[in-house]
Amino acid sequence: MTLLPIEDTRGLWRGLLIAVSTAVFVFLIAPILVIIPLSFNAEPYFTFTPGMLRLQSQAFSLRWYEGFFQEPRWLVATGNSLFVATASTVLATTLGTMAALGLRDEHLPGRHAIRGLILAPMIVPIIITAAGTYMVFSVVRLVDSLTGLIIAHTVLGVPFVVVTVSASLTGFDQTLERAGLILGAPPFLVFRRITLPLILPGVMAGAVLAFVSSLDEVVVALFITPSPQFYTVPRQMWSGLREQISPTILAVATLWIVLSTCLLVTLLMLRRYAERLRAGAPALEPEPAE
Amino acid sequence: MAATAASVDRRSMMGTPRPLGVRRPALHPSSLRSWLLLAPLLIFLSLGFLIPLLRMVQLSVYDPTLRNLLPATAPAITSWSGEALPGDPVYRALAQDLKAATEAQTIGIVATRLNTEISGIRSVVMRTARRLDGLATAAPRDWFTAQDPQWADIGTWRAIARLTQAITPSHYLAALDLTYDENGALAQREPNRRIHRALFLRTLAISAVVTLLCILLGYPVACVLTTVRPALRSYLFLLVLLPFWTSLLVRTTAWIVLLQSQGVINDALVGLGLIANDGRMSLIYNMTGTIVTMTHILLPFFILPLYSVMASIPPSYMQAALSLGARPAFAFRRVYLPCTLPGVTAGGLLVFILAIGYYVTPALVGGQSGQMISNVIAFHMQSSLNWGLASALGVLLFALIGVFFVLYSRLAGLATSDWISGS
Repeated sequence: MTLLPIEDTRGLWRGLLIAVSTAVFVFLIAPILVIIPLSFNAEPYFTFTPGMLRLQSQAFSLRWYEGFFQEPRWLVATGNSLFVATASTVLATTLGTMAALGLRDEHLPGRHAIRGLILAPMIVPIIITAAGTYMVFSVVRLVDSLTGLIIAHTVLGVPFVVVTVSASLTGFDQTLERAGLILGAPPFLVFRRITLPLILPGVMAGAVLAFVSSLDEVVVALFITPSPQFYTVPRQMWSGLREQISPTILAVATLWIVLSTCLLVTLLMLRRYAERLRAGAPALEPEPAE
Repeated sequence: MAATAASVDRRSMMGTPRPLGVRRPALHPSSLRSWLLLAPLLIFLSLGFLIPLLRMVQLSVYDPTLRNLLPATAPAITSWSGEALPGDPVYRALAQDLKAATEAQTIGIVATRLNTEISGIRSVVMRTARRLDGLATAAPRDWFTAQDPQWADIGTWRAIARLTQAITPSHYLAALDLTYDENGALAQREPNRRIHRALFLRTLAISAVVTLLCILLGYPVACVLTTVRPALRSYLFLLVLLPFWTSLLVRTTAWIVLLQSQGVINDALVGLGLIANDGRMSLIYNMTGTIVTMTHILLPFFILPLYSVMASIPPSYMQAALSLGARPAFAFRRVYLPCTLPGVTAGGLLVFILAIGYYVTPALVGGQSGQMISNVIAFHMQSSLNWGLASALGVLLFALIGVFFVLYSRLAGLATSDWISGS
């Protein structure tokens, strides 16, 4: 197979294209990969020591990982992050899936406006959302509480769920639901046994995206949870980068890269699963008849 | 383009089989169900998104601070004509308010707020308030004007009259570097306080450079992704998706590690003898750092939509052009490039829109010269506590994004977020 949309390209152009895109791929991935070996540095430097370059074992250590697991502030931040991300994901997935089902209705007045409102947090600059939320939450006493942060992160996570669930609903055969209803099943049973299994990949993909968006969010956290006991991991990293930059941050970053790679793989698997589902292959084992 | 999509949609709707004998009532019964499904989210969005935005709009034009802190002066000054200095009752009301404010320890807020429009008045207010005990009640105007010539300046009183009104355009004027002159007409601010227009321009310039870099770097990559073998493609895709999925803070950390003066790149250049140890380059905590890091973070947002457009171009177009005798460069320019332009526009506008509102990266690696409009909004929210100005800047930023977003949705359609869901 020839490379390029341009077949018979002269060697020069082809070489140039390959060279440029290789450089861009390196630009994309190298910064992330560089962090990983540096997090095992035995010295408190942010660069490769001569010993590391000679691969001497004493130049490497796990001291920054030890630091992470021994420092209470990082552990507290991890706990807060996981709690806020889980809670806001559950909320965003539930509310977003319901909303996507509601938005399916073509006769809904103002359907496009509502969809626009739901998706708006994706485009509105985060500083505007964060500042506005702070102004309102300081009145209703949601500042400096994880509840406030969960609400704000739910708002930011919902668009992902609505987009992914809406996408899986576009290929959805509504006669299946009608069949269930005609046969006398209550609407919620129809949802649980027919709709949900078929749109599940979309729901799960939306949940993963909402989880990642909450895990990574720092600007709203800067405003809503100013006290250290409510710091999330990105908030703690923010302090680390602005005040005393310690290599512990590199260990945190490496652990985070591992986590997000796992989540990315999950997402790609969900996507493949959804494609198989759409292609009509039996994806779920038929449940035993009751 | 959008019109054709809508008509296709309508046609397919017409073709949807409907159960026989079911006539659609005026208000479809499913609408109620749909509203019930949407209601919880809409309530949630109101609290967490809509009300905050509206509150911001409100704060940008509504500032009752001085009206509340100067409760006697505010009504007294409304009957003032504005032609000559106000009469004794207004001065007496101000004396009464300043005394009350001193006792309530709000005098500092009064002085600061007045100072936003009358430069140098802060110390005058503080000084006058301290000496109020010596005020002879008979002729407060003479007493005030003896304290400081600014109290005899009609411009000061015009500003006080403006500032004691709750609805004020003053925050927007400040956000656009405008002010009132002593005659009450719009005028430019003093050059040393003219910062916001330059800041908006810098924000647009940084975003434009980042967008341009994304186009230059992203186009060849999308091109390669479309044409390589599928097996290789999925690996190359990982190289785009992994940075896309990696935390913003992790990637910013990575660039700090790479670019700082004792960082990996400078060390490597020194090690190779390309630069001297004392000639290390400052690549970060300035505009360069902001641009490099933002380009890295936003590049996938350009590549992914462009790829989906490129993948939909039938290879036969180029084959036809070439078999009709076009030279490859000509065929690329006249056939392939125009076909990919919608993707370039969509991806480019998306990157541009996201770049304008960037906060985290400029805050962490921008230093002084890399600060953008969002950073100044945050500064007024957190440090100077001028929420009115922060709100006005926020509304202007929102409007700016809105203009480009309308352009984006016209050109690219709202469905470009499809690649997120993989459909």
